[in-house]
Amino acid sequence: MKDSSKLRGLVNKWEDEAVATTVKRFPEREKKFETISGLPVNRLYTPLDLEELDYEKDLGFPGQYPFTRGVQPTGYRGRFWTMRQYSGFATARETNERFHFLLEQGQTGLSIAFDLPTQIGYDSDDVLAQGEVGKVGVAIDSLSDMEVLFEGIPLDKVSTSMTINAPASVLLAMYIAVAVKQGVSMDRLRGTIQNDILKEYVARGTYIFPPKPSMRLITDIFKFCSEKMPLWNTISISGYHIREAGSTAVQEVAFTLADGIAYVQAAIDAGLDVDDFASRLSFFFGSHSDFLEEICKFRAARRLWARIMRERFKAKNDDSCRMRFHTQTAGCTLTAQQPDNNVVRVTLQALQAVLGGTQSLHTNSRDEALSLPTEQSVQIALRTQQIIAHESGVGDTIDPLAGSYYIEALTNKIEESAVAYIEKIDAMGGAPTSIENGFIQREISEAAYQFQKSVDESRRVVVGVNKFTVEEESKFDYLRVNPKAEKEQVKELKKVRLARDEEKVKKTLDHLHTVAKSDENLMPPIIDAVKVYATLGEICGILRDVFGEYKAPDIL
Amino acid sequence: MSSSKKIRVLVAKPGLDGHDRGAKIVARALRDAGMEVIYTGLRQTPEMIVRAALDEGVHCIGLSILSGAHNALFPRVMELLKEEGIDDVLVVGGGIIPEDDIPELKKAGIAAIFGPGTPLDEIIEYIKANVKL
Repeated sequence: MKDSSKLRGLVNKWEDEAVATTVKRFPEREKKFETISGLPVNRLYTPLDLEELDYEKDLGFPGQYPFTRGVQPTGYRGRFWTMRQYSGFATARETNERFHFLLEQGQTGLSIAFDLPTQIGYDSDDVLAQGEVGKVGVAIDSLSDMEVLFEGIPLDKVSTSMTINAPASVLLAMYIAVAVKQGVSMDRLRGTIQNDILKEYVARGTYIFPPKPSMRLITDIFKFCSEKMPLWNTISISGYHIREAGSTAVQEVAFTLADGIAYVQAAIDAGLDVDDFASRLSFFFGSHSDFLEEICKFRAARRLWARIMRERFKAKNDDSCRMRFHTQTAGCTLTAQQPDNNVVRVTLQALQAVLGGTQSLHTNSRDEALSLPTEQSVQIALRTQQIIAHESGVGDTIDPLAGSYYIEALTNKIEESAVAYIEKIDAMGGAPTSIENGFIQREISEAAYQFQKSVDESRRVVVGVNKFTVEEESKFDYLRVNPKAEKEQVKELKKVRLARDEEKVKKTLDHLHTVAKSDENLMPPIIDAVKVYATLGEICGILRDVFGEYKAPDIL
Repeated sequence: MSSSKKIRVLVAKPGLDGHDRGAKIVARALRDAGMEVIYTGLRQTPEMIVRAALDEGVHCIGLSILSGAHNALFPRVMELLKEEGIDDVLVVGGGIIPEDDIPELKKAGIAAIFGPGTPLDEIIEYIKANVKL
């Protein structure tokens, strides 16, 4: 106490004398400094800001509750994060080639981007799929496409992340079926399905069914995997898209963890024991452009989730409290202007994620504000991670920024502010209700609009966009997705439909219909259906019949 | 252009694309600039968009696509407008639209394409200067 009052005196003296004199001659750049999320940033942080910090309780040790310092006892000293570039376009054949290229370049895990019809449960020959087939990802209509996608890739050797939500069960079923054909049993499969429907309603838009049956599909997966796929991450609760839609860092943490709370509660309500499934929950965050704030965000999210699991859900197992997450650098910070500058942005954002202790990382390519990335751009993005891993040395000691007065103070601030948001959401009845009443959507939209205005009014500088601009003449050589992909895919689909046993397809789909109306687990009948080459559209069609479709309120 | 009449704009998301941050921001900015704005929400077919434009009697349609489906869907909207005999509605687009695609889209009748980084004021001014009331 005596020490801190002495220090307080010294800080005041420094402010009154040294700072005041300097500011008089050289005014500071801003009257008030703030993080990109609007949190106040003081001139200086000292031990006075951490007087309340209790090392054991608030930080602890890596690999131990509350996991503030990371989830691995040895950090990156044992193994680096998984370098996992999200990719997929055109047909399964073309994407399979890109996968082989990435693995040859030293990528350590796969991450599949599906096209929009696949994500929304339409076959490539559906009228609503027109123009969208193979555009933002690979088109998968049936098991046949999935077989081609993983040709020459042993599924017991790689881990695969699939960005698939509403039809996650169907794609997981196809993955299991391909593995079985390769002679790999499902208990050995490692990977992740995104399977996070709540954020689709607020930020990403690839929902199909209303919330209730959607939550059932999710808890059915939890149940199925807890028995049969112990290494599989059953969900990736995602803040990335919430952030990309315009939220602040605090909102990203709060809304993501509020969604997480809703999933855990739904699983408990469905009769599962929290310690049977919680260790397979995983998370996904963005890495935006405020360097220090983002590092604090990752640390705060980890600590807050641990506390929620232990205190709110009474998890007994520490593994249930361990937040593992994937990170992607922020697509919304990429500029179409002077695209090479994006390499620098991505480098900083990747470094933040590593300093924040991510388990896996996707680095965006410089050309993604223009189109899907070229092979060359993807290579630079992957090399960025490899340089951070192998040359920068930041992975040699664990959580190296811990103990910094600012880092710990801001970590606390983000956690506190997220807790306040979650309390508000709880008071409304939880995340599903606050999505239904539009609260979360409006909060995100408001933050997005304010951000854009600050850029338009040049209160915030975006290099190359509102400052340091140039007359651009250079034409960037961007990727053009094979324009024939849609036609080729539709042709392939026709072949599959002709070659399969229609009788079996009908039988499995009828059975699926019956199960969908009951409260039995949906995974087994979906696996049966994909095995006989029922298509994604047919399977989702059955579920649409039984569950109905979600219609979003149009909230500006 | 008479100053008393309010510009009515339909901001629309054709196709399956869920990226609506830009569309929503533009919709709000146009509203703040004094225009009447109708936002369609996600997953609109060209038919739904043209129907809404007719029903709402708009002067301008703003189409937003980030999924790459613009070459298929933008011209389809223009075709349907033509079929309905509408030639006085200003149609503009935005999103991730490669430069090489712009000439074809303009040929189809899209008056302007606003890419990432476009200041909101530029869009507002363009609409004000080119819309037929």
